Amino acid sequence: MIELLDIVILGMMVVAALAVLWLRDLFAVAMLSGAYSLMGATLYVLLDAVDVAFTEAAVGAGIATVLMLGTLTLVPRQEKQGKKPSLAGLFTVAATGSLLIWATLDMPEYGDPDAPIHHHVAPRYMKDSTAEVGPPNVVTSVLASYRGYDTLGETTVIFTAAIGVMALLARGRRKP
Amino acid sequence: MREKPILRVGTKFLIPFILMFALYVQFHGDFGPGGGFQAGVIFASAFILYAIVFGIAHARRALPAGIRRLLLSLGVLIYAGTGVLALAEGGRFLDYSSLAAQPVLGQHVGIFLVEFGVGMTVFAAMTTIFFVFASRDPSAREQD
Repeated sequence: MIELLDIVILGMMVVAALAVLWLRDLFAVAMLSGAYSLMGATLYVLLDAVDVAFTEAAVGAGIATVLMLGTLTLVPRQEKQGKKPSLAGLFTVAATGSLLIWATLDMPEYGDPDAPIHHHVAPRYMKDSTAEVGPPNVVTSVLASYRGYDTLGETTVIFTAAIGVMALLARGRRKP
Repeated sequence: MREKPILRVGTKFLIPFILMFALYVQFHGDFGPGGGFQAGVIFASAFILYAIVFGIAHARRALPAGIRRLLLSLGVLIYAGTGVLALAEGGRFLDYSSLAAQPVLGQHVGIFLVEFGVGMTVFAAMTTIFFVFASRDPSAREQD
């Protein structure tokens, strides 16, 4: 049953991605990419990764769509007709794509409990988190405590992004 | 602005619940899914909704640029400051166990502060990015 849901959602995501490539109406493209994110969030729920799903739904489907719509008020609504697709470009994309797919064959099987990722630090976090850190939600204790440095870095990245947008786009008090 | 009364009333009705839900996600992140990042985004979405329905000028008055900038930097400062505080209390940087008498209590305090900082910065960053983009629109020209 879960497999069927996985396949249906993944299929819808593929359709949405192809439609984004195909369509010239940028408003529809922005909406479709939001829907794509929401389907991704559903997939994360199926994988029991509710925290990731939450973030994907709030950021990918919510804020990112709003930002794209904000950008759309500044640019024309229709995508410009591009140059004719070149054969060299098609070859590069196909070659890179098949290389990446070939590389996935080396990865552990989907859901394999013996995969290296499940035997690195994860078992220790699962075992000791309640005694060492406390919160019942292990994701929180990993993000905020065990991996506090990473989260500090992420917060700084968001801070920097806002500073960058302000520096580039905001109309300052000083006139150029 | 006078038109679309349903949209205006509906928005006014929704915004308190969105803010409340954001606070729930912020302070309940220890127990359920969520945390500072998601809470900041949801809190920001309430202001973005307000800006879309009532116009960017009104939203700017509700949330002036100075306050946004203050929150933006204060969030990172709280996060890094918690780490420094842990250092000062004799622990290691961002090791919250030294923040209170019992290590687990210290962790609790540390995670609370850190998530609060994350939420603050994310909220300020999201609203700032949206406001800056929205006021590039020639119909809503105003200073940031």
